[in-house]
Amino acid sequence: MTYSDKLLDYFENPRCVGELEDADATAEVHNPVCGDTLKLWVRVADGKVADARFKAQGCPAAIATSSFATEMLIGQDLDSARRITREQIADALGGLPASKIHCSVLASDAIRAALDGLR
Amino acid sequence: MLESKREMPVYLDNNATTAVRPEVLAAMTPYFLDGYGNASSIHWFGQQAKAAIDDARREVSALIGAEPSEIVFLSGGTEADNLAIAGIVESQKPKGRHIVTSRIEHPAVLNTCKHLEKQGFDVTFLPVDADGLLTADAVQRAIRSDTILISIMHANNEIGTIQPVDEIGRVARDAGVCFHSDGVQAAGKIPVDVRALGVDLYSLSSHKIHGPKGVGALFVGKGTPLTPLVRGGGHERNRRAGTENVAGIVGFGCAARLAREDLADAMLRTGELRDRMEARLQAEIPDLRINARNAPRLPNTSNIMVDYAEGEGMVISLDLKGIAVSTGSACSSGSMEPSHVLTAIGKTPGEGFGSLRISLSVLTTDDEVDRLVETLPGIVERLRQLSPHYRK
Ligand SMILES: Cc1ncc(COP(=O)(O)O)c(C=O)c1O
Ligand code: FES
Repeated sequence: MTYSDKLLDYFENPRCVGELEDADATAEVHNPVCGDTLKLWVRVADGKVADARFKAQGCPAAIATSSFATEMLIGQDLDSARRITREQIADALGGLPASKIHCSVLASDAIRAALDGLR
Repeated sequence: MLESKREMPVYLDNNATTAVRPEVLAAMTPYFLDGYGNASSIHWFGQQAKAAIDDARREVSALIGAEPSEIVFLSGGTEADNLAIAGIVESQKPKGRHIVTSRIEHPAVLNTCKHLEKQGFDVTFLPVDADGLLTADAVQRAIRSDTILISIMHANNEIGTIQPVDEIGRVARDAGVCFHSDGVQAAGKIPVDVRALGVDLYSLSSHKIHGPKGVGALFVGKGTPLTPLVRGGGHERNRRAGTENVAGIVGFGCAARLAREDLADAMLRTGELRDRMEARLQAEIPDLRINARNAPRLPNTSNIMVDYAEGEGMVISLDLKGIAVSTGSACSSGSMEPSHVLTAIGKTPGEGFGSLRISLSVLTTDDEVDRLVETLPGIVERLRQLSPHYRK
């Protein structure tokens, strides 16, 4: 299995790690297959994602896609944020091996779950 | 093409495979360049090859206390397991349709047995205890009047547990049932005497003991009724057809000799290194658990588990720092199954996904172990800090 240098960089040096005390929404999603978890915190202002943070327990692909997606989220208006797909995330990180596709689903699911929680 | 090696790599994945020792390579080379004959040929080239195979057969038989005539060379541990099981089942099926094995066998045994199950054979996959141990008693209770084969591995590749094969051998002999043991991880790492163990068949692989890949052997005790799998010419006394992999067999023979000569030292050295490594890791990493610790264990093998960090992440982070180990989480090998061995010793998938296997060899240096001990705690701490479940 080979990961791209960019994915490995996001795994080794993940961006946007942590929790947001003043979050407007949070979501925690689990992968039923491997038990991996992503927790996402989002703060919203003026119809945009003002800030976002994550914590994840899982494989390198899960951690890297979670970090990349969280970073991508910041600054987006809510409509385009909702439209982020797991393919977009995976492609931006140089693609994922077939057995690792499910890892990027964590990120897209968490984004939608968090934004849906905004009522 | 091989990518250039990183500076000073640390190789601690010797249960996956080992480096070919320089002496082994040197012994092999002439059989590519000069003595390249077909061992079945009657000319000089063929006779050189034949003599070399005979020498290797003596070395391999000496490693496990067998007669040279009881050694069948073939393509590796996987083929040895396949031949042992399918070969006995084929010859014994008029007598019965029941096989006894364990849940922690290598896939070469497990999947062969599962295939036979689909063909209508009955297979008992015996459970093991929390340290991966099986008792001869449990094997005895599983034997039925129609049992034709018992296949129990000697030492486990993931956690290193050593089964009481000699006791199981006595049970098998009393019951008159053929007994196969997969000794791929045991031979060359602990003393093996096929007579004392009471096995009829015993699998070996060259590349786990610093020989080349793609060559192995099956010990077939005199009088054991085995039907061949690979048919063709009369090679290996009609037990395995195909022009012999002469250089590979020579390398295996040399590796077997070195393993036998070094055995006592190697056990002591790898055992001390492993124990010191485990003690230091346990001191540095909170809540680190060591699997199979209370069982007789291969001296070179360590299987550890940490919570809130995932195995593949630890393997990749270590790899980026030039340190090679492996994990039981099958996630990283492309399937999403947790290790069947860790599941069998009662670990949850979550626990299994946080496991690392560190396996040493005679070639492992103190410095390599030091680098692992210095590097792993920081990696575990980093991954734990990333976890939403970890509180500290
Ligand atoms: C216990 C055990 N049996 C069988 C095998 C298969 O041996 P080989 O790689 O030579 O086919 C291995 C090695 O992967 C092993 O560890
Ligand atoms: S293996 Fe479970 S998220 Fe990647």
